[in-house]
Amino acid sequence: MRIAGKGQGAGAKPVNFTFNGRHLMGRAGETLAAALLANDIHLVARSFKYHRPRGILTAGSEEPNALVTLGAGPVQDPNQRATTQELYEGLEARSQNCWPSVEHDVMAVNNLAAPFLGAGFYYKTFMWPAAFWEKLYEPMIRRAAGLGALSGLADTDRYEKAYGFCDLLVVGAGPAGVMAALTAGRAGADVLLLEEDIRLGGRLLAEEEEIDGKPAQIWLQEAEVELQQLDNVRIMRRTAVTGVYDHGTYGALERVGHHLPRQHSLKGSQRPRECFWRIVAKHCILAAGAIERPVAFRNNDRPGIMMAGAVRAYLNRWGVTPGERVTLFANNDDAHRTARDLVAAGVHLAAVIDSRHDAPDSDLYPVMKGAQVCNTSGSKRLESITVRSVRGEERIQSDCLAMSGGWNPSLHLTCHLNARPSWRRELLAFVPQTGAVPGMRAVGACNGSFSTHAALSEGAAAAVAVLAELGLGAIAAVHLPEAEDQPYRIAPLWAVPGKGRAWLDFQNDVTVKDVTQAADENFRSVEHMKRYTTQGMATDQGKNSNVAALAVLADVTGRSIPETGTTTFRPPFVPVAIGAMGAGAADQGFKPQRFVPSHVVAEERGASQVEVGLWYRAAYFPKPGETNWRQACDREIMSVRQSVGVCDVSTLGKIDIQGPDAAKLLDFVYTNTFSTLRQGRVRYGLMLREDGFVMDDGTCARLGDTHYVMTTTTAAAGEVMAHLEFITQVLHPEWDLRLTSVTEHWAQFAIAGPKSRALLNDLLDQPLTPGDWPFMACGAVTLGGIKGRLFRISFSGEEAYELALPACYGDSLFRTLLERAEALGGGAYGMEALNVLRIEKGFVTHAEINGTVTAQDLGMQGMMSQKKDFIGKAMAQRPGLMAPDRMQLVGLKPIGAVQELSAGAHLFDPEAPVERIQDQGYVTSVGFSPLLGHMIALGFLKQGAARIGDEIRLVDHMRGIDALCQVVEPVFFDPEGERMRG
Amino acid sequence: MRIHCPLCGARDRREFSYKGAALVRPLAAAEPEAWHAYVNLRENPAGPLAELWYHEMGCGSWLQVTRDTVNHSVLEVVLARDTALGAGA
Repeated sequence: MRIAGKGQGAGAKPVNFTFNGRHLMGRAGETLAAALLANDIHLVARSFKYHRPRGILTAGSEEPNALVTLGAGPVQDPNQRATTQELYEGLEARSQNCWPSVEHDVMAVNNLAAPFLGAGFYYKTFMWPAAFWEKLYEPMIRRAAGLGALSGLADTDRYEKAYGFCDLLVVGAGPAGVMAALTAGRAGADVLLLEEDIRLGGRLLAEEEEIDGKPAQIWLQEAEVELQQLDNVRIMRRTAVTGVYDHGTYGALERVGHHLPRQHSLKGSQRPRECFWRIVAKHCILAAGAIERPVAFRNNDRPGIMMAGAVRAYLNRWGVTPGERVTLFANNDDAHRTARDLVAAGVHLAAVIDSRHDAPDSDLYPVMKGAQVCNTSGSKRLESITVRSVRGEERIQSDCLAMSGGWNPSLHLTCHLNARPSWRRELLAFVPQTGAVPGMRAVGACNGSFSTHAALSEGAAAAVAVLAELGLGAIAAVHLPEAEDQPYRIAPLWAVPGKGRAWLDFQNDVTVKDVTQAADENFRSVEHMKRYTTQGMATDQGKNSNVAALAVLADVTGRSIPETGTTTFRPPFVPVAIGAMGAGAADQGFKPQRFVPSHVVAEERGASQVEVGLWYRAAYFPKPGETNWRQACDREIMSVRQSVGVCDVSTLGKIDIQGPDAAKLLDFVYTNTFSTLRQGRVRYGLMLREDGFVMDDGTCARLGDTHYVMTTTTAAAGEVMAHLEFITQVLHPEWDLRLTSVTEHWAQFAIAGPKSRALLNDLLDQPLTPGDWPFMACGAVTLGGIKGRLFRISFSGEEAYELALPACYGDSLFRTLLERAEALGGGAYGMEALNVLRIEKGFVTHAEINGTVTAQDLGMQGMMSQKKDFIGKAMAQRPGLMAPDRMQLVGLKPIGAVQELSAGAHLFDPEAPVERIQDQGYVTSVGFSPLLGHMIALGFLKQGAARIGDEIRLVDHMRGIDALCQVVEPVFFDPEGERMRG
Repeated sequence: MRIHCPLCGARDRREFSYKGAALVRPLAAAEPEAWHAYVNLRENPAGPLAELWYHEMGCGSWLQVTRDTVNHSVLEVVLARDTALGAGA
């Protein structure tokens, strides 16, 4: 109910919204919770487990009850807190976890079954029969319990990420934070002031008090104007710090578009919904305030029972009273401010119940001292409370009970780097440990200093200390505004004794009895109790319930609260949409696409694309009339073998190595020798990891005396670059050379086949001089005046060349090459054909170089130089890596009418049983050779080199393949290499 | 986590990749035990540990970072080329 003339939003523009389909009116700038209370709506939600009617408990982001779903379809937002959701025109909110409606929820039957649903019930009740768990019990429980649901559709909202840097990060803009920002800002520090709320002020927005002899709101407005005028102070509203990370790194969530109608965010400014910030701050002042904690008593969860501080916030800030006959129940002086403000606003205060016998008196209202609320009644809204005192029990009619069990400093962020808080007995609260986070100072209420005066003075003092450390000069004297400095008086009251269920964790329906039962069943550690009862595991992460729950646990286990300890505080402090954390990484942002120079041509020709790492390469180029990929692949293979084929090989890693010591590096990184390589020649090289296994292979060309260009496999390009940098920076910094990755500088195409030379002679400015271009030659060429490089190397076993031009000419060069190849009866070939061509020749790829094979396993032991040291040499000589019974590379060809072989199949002796222990090896690559007319395969077989000619059984259970094969040399075609040398 | 690259200044750890403990490569002729220790054996101290990080998304420098494994504080960062890690190579 609104109180005329009360609140800071009086006179604000009216806003239409709906709740569960009802059309309602609120005010611009207020939260959904305030608007619902203004409309006298208290039943907002149903609880997680028992489906108990629930209302609004708090006025902040810690709200455990009033979670609602906004919108529908792909933009459906479940579990939005009504206490932080700002109203906007046309907002549609509805209750969740209830059916058919929040008023009449059939699942409330759970409430009757409560005796069977206590802590750990699912470990006990639903144990037998075991098979029922997965099929029946779990789905049933999941359906009954829960929060809001996702739409199941892809999220169409936009999210953003951003980075921030500052001298001083001030977290929270209450009196402490504002004072810190003012002090540091005036001295010229680069300040970032973050406030979770829409407005600066923190608790001051909810209180009626004076600062510097004027209303706190006026002081706030003046401070805000001053801060806005300081260029070195940036203010971010609607932004909550979510986590603290090493070395002054902070995560923060900015709610950019939650307060705007969706249409606006879509067609207007393309505003994102949320922005996730990563902020690096030299210093941090934590002024996060405190959260009021409930008291556990029987039926303390009815709609209408709220935190005393929240009642004050709704009254003073939004001019709304949550009830017409309000009662107050507390154990501390601070809560009495609620009574005072209610009376001043003309709200009927039915009773003030204080558990302390020495509670302060008031002229405005009588105080029932030493009394406790022990029960409540009312089904969907509070109707009455029962008070127990020395006079006995009495019932008091009330539609709103404001309760307070004291305040918990919001120290969560100080514990994110694993610090534990310390207990302050006189406050009955945990406070942050000094130095818990390097560079962070906690001030004000989050430091256990609850008065406004303490907040202002600690905020200023911390800022002065930061300024000194920043070297921004000593501040002579900070003018400290005058403010209230009431002592914080409190007496212990965690749970009112008595029968029935008294709630600790509202969101997860955890009661005092559950915690007691956990202790009884020996879950006495606070971490065990938490997991057994699920206390603190809901979206509020125990902000409301942790301290009271562990106080109850301490009580039943006969320990003190500090002995019992706290559970671990982890990020995020407030819920963060996964979409915000992953902003920019959705869809292609997660995996950028790399396109080869011939990509457009391949697309034009309808080539099928295959992903190789981030690269997209053409798999095959279909021709009209071909009905499957194999036909295209076979044709491309035969064109290479019979005329000429062209393939884009630009994805191979290319590293330019120059300097007097370039040859030393190559001798050290490859197993074989490159210092002896003549200029204008290419050599195949093998590199090992330091543990002796093969890392990568490729060719390396010597273009000049001190100039080499290395090629790596597509997949290992980055790894090899880092490896070379490691060698030249860490192991041999004295070597004089430079490395540059030039992978993307060059468009490089393989031109392979008996007619490759004819094609090139026709194309290049100067035809290839006979005799000057033997196998493994390289050199400079020109094409239409453009300087390029030509390498006579072959991955197909044919006479072949790789022609490289600067990448910008790639598209036109590829078109020209195709045109000429087609005129010669050939054409483009893709990865499928390339793969079969190399299997026919027994050339290895990373299918074979799989991290477990040695040079000897590949039959390349001859490439291991005995004359020099190289990476991996020492470890490659380990007996285990030299053992003759290791698996070695072999070829496999099917015996009889075998249709299919598969990579990944395992090899067995034909007579032996197919058991893992009998495993003789495995298949790495297969393909159909149109030349040979059957499948061919490469694989590793135990003592394979000695078993050429043997029969072996190839079994692939997954694909249902069981074939008899003959072990052959891993070269199926032209074993002497006459064609490629030709 | 922030690493202060001697060439680029303080940078977010996501610009770097991690190799592991910074160890001196044995001489080529060293005993197998020395090679085994270099390749396979690692101390796991609760306290300062010299590590190799690669500023892959930055200047490409290999760095020797001394980090306290207990509290993640970075005690020292130097260019790996200024260390003697390659003494045996």
